[in-house]
Amino acid sequence: MKADRIISLAFKAYIWLALLFVFAPILTSFVFSFDANKFAAIPWGGFSTKWYAEAFGDPEVAKSLRNTVIVALSSSILATLIGFTAAYTDYRYDFFGKKVYLALAFIPPTIPVIILGVAMLVLLGRIGLSGQLHSVIIAHVVYSLPFAMALIRLRLSQMNKDLEAAAWNLGASQWRALKEIIIPFCLPAIFSALFLTMAVSFDEYAIAWFVSGFNETLPVRILILLQREVSPKVNAIGSLVFIVSMTLVMLAQIVFLMREPGSGKGKRI
Amino acid sequence: MAEPLLVLDGVVKRYDDHTAVHKIDLEIAAGEFIALMGPSGCGKTTTLRMIAGLEAPSEGEIRLRGRRMNDVAPWERDTPLVWQSLALFPFMSVLKNVEFGLKMRNIPAAERTKKAMPWLERVGIAKYRDRKVDQLSGGERQRVALARALVTEPEILLLDEPLSALDAHLVIRMQAELKQLQQQLGITFCYVTHSQSEAFAMADRVAIMAEGRLQQVGPPREVYRAPANRFVAEFVGANNLLSGKVKSIAQGIVMVETAAGIMRARENPLLALLPGDAVTVVVSADRAVVSDSTADGENSLAGTVIGEQFVGAFVTLHLDLGDGSTFRAQLQQHALEPLGQVRGKRLSLRWKPEHTVLLKDK
Repeated sequence: MKADRIISLAFKAYIWLALLFVFAPILTSFVFSFDANKFAAIPWGGFSTKWYAEAFGDPEVAKSLRNTVIVALSSSILATLIGFTAAYTDYRYDFFGKKVYLALAFIPPTIPVIILGVAMLVLLGRIGLSGQLHSVIIAHVVYSLPFAMALIRLRLSQMNKDLEAAAWNLGASQWRALKEIIIPFCLPAIFSALFLTMAVSFDEYAIAWFVSGFNETLPVRILILLQREVSPKVNAIGSLVFIVSMTLVMLAQIVFLMREPGSGKGKRI
Repeated sequence: MAEPLLVLDGVVKRYDDHTAVHKIDLEIAAGEFIALMGPSGCGKTTTLRMIAGLEAPSEGEIRLRGRRMNDVAPWERDTPLVWQSLALFPFMSVLKNVEFGLKMRNIPAAERTKKAMPWLERVGIAKYRDRKVDQLSGGERQRVALARALVTEPEILLLDEPLSALDAHLVIRMQAELKQLQQQLGITFCYVTHSQSEAFAMADRVAIMAEGRLQQVGPPREVYRAPANRFVAEFVGANNLLSGKVKSIAQGIVMVETAAGIMRARENPLLALLPGDAVTVVVSADRAVVSDSTADGENSLAGTVIGEQFVGAFVTLHLDLGDGSTFRAQLQQHALEPLGQVRGKRLSLRWKPEHTVLLKDK
């Protein structure tokens, strides 16, 4: 019994240590973003929000924040839309080369972002689309689409195979069945995909650094700031990016695992 | 039969690697309760799906009221199906599920509810109208599926093993209710099942399928008493099959020589039997009279009781005939009582020539 307790405690301690290891840098950055001192050092120089004020008072930072929001919103909507259609195609149809199609669809996140960034820059440059905000949007759609597709695909796999045919059988055309049955059924996954792809886009800097030109996003701006000076402003911006991303990821989780509204004993949807 | 409602004319369904349905010819009358029955994989569900338009026939024609249906999309037909999986829409209330067919016909919301409510009442689920379907029991969900399919007042209702997920006691009740509903509505029910008791309990006619082919179509009594072939004889009821050879035919009686002795049966002119033909003698389990006197003469066998199954008032005895085959005899419990403890006892079986069905072996 006693040995069991010790083992159990040891495991718990191990998990907490692992979590501490993962989150310590972020925590440090967060703590020092409120430090009145210019240089991060112990003891703390007192609580202050001046770095936030300074960071977002900087017109360059404000502009990059606006860019990031535009890119995150547009790319998440596009990626979710394309992800849904790709997942539905996979669900509904059998066709020659389907396995290749699926493998290709899931490749982007496995490619090192540097390579993806360079490739995007070369391609978009060739067709005259680089250096603009829409360049970042296109690149982020490519990068985040597989996440959206995977989530919606998972949801579709939980659907009773007869549902769509049952809708046809009751007089729904294919479009109508899509609108009345498939999309409502996938709604939790669609929202989840929106939040997740938004989060992916919001803190992605490598690809954006290559293709954004002068329209840099917030993470790219952090990189530029860091190259110039080590300022606690970076801590402030970093904390904001982290909080927004984490919120979006958590929202994605909650929505995906949400129970059917109004159902007491319902299955997980 | 008047002009049939639905005609399957030489319908074939082939997939890449196999043929699910081989040339089916079937006419279904208006107002009839027909059961498509057979073991799993016999093509009965494929046939039903072709009627609903969810599968397209590879050959042949399906006609509804004389109209060729082969190329009509499922959503343009009025052939609602009650699914084995029920396929209720999980994110909708009971009422919304039932209203779905009306909504697809672009009927305004107020009128939809007005039309749907009587159906909810009819199947006894009106009080659950605002519940989600996953808050209902199996039997209640079954009723939602039924109301959802009937709300558009179709001429024909297709049912694909709708009771297979229910408890046994509920199945019996639903069978009675379904039959009653069909008679009240006067519409055609086309019911797919693998269960003989279900088909016989409800259907006016049963169509027995095996390996994608129709084996026999007829009223339950006819199929039960006069199986058309060996498959039907084995699939339907509790029949005993004995292989033999025709010895002689005289005065309307066929004498068959089997390993267990001479069997006599009424001659069926349709079979056109000749002496020497290989035949199967079919004796229904409930036709054999069991006694403890010794077996003698024709249409008589002796066997040792190796098992008894009680189903309420009926008992099925399994008798070992001594040649490796067993014979099933079904009798009423009270008829067995005078024999006392029968297990291990040697009993004789006897039946009349007119209760003996002959099948010509191919």
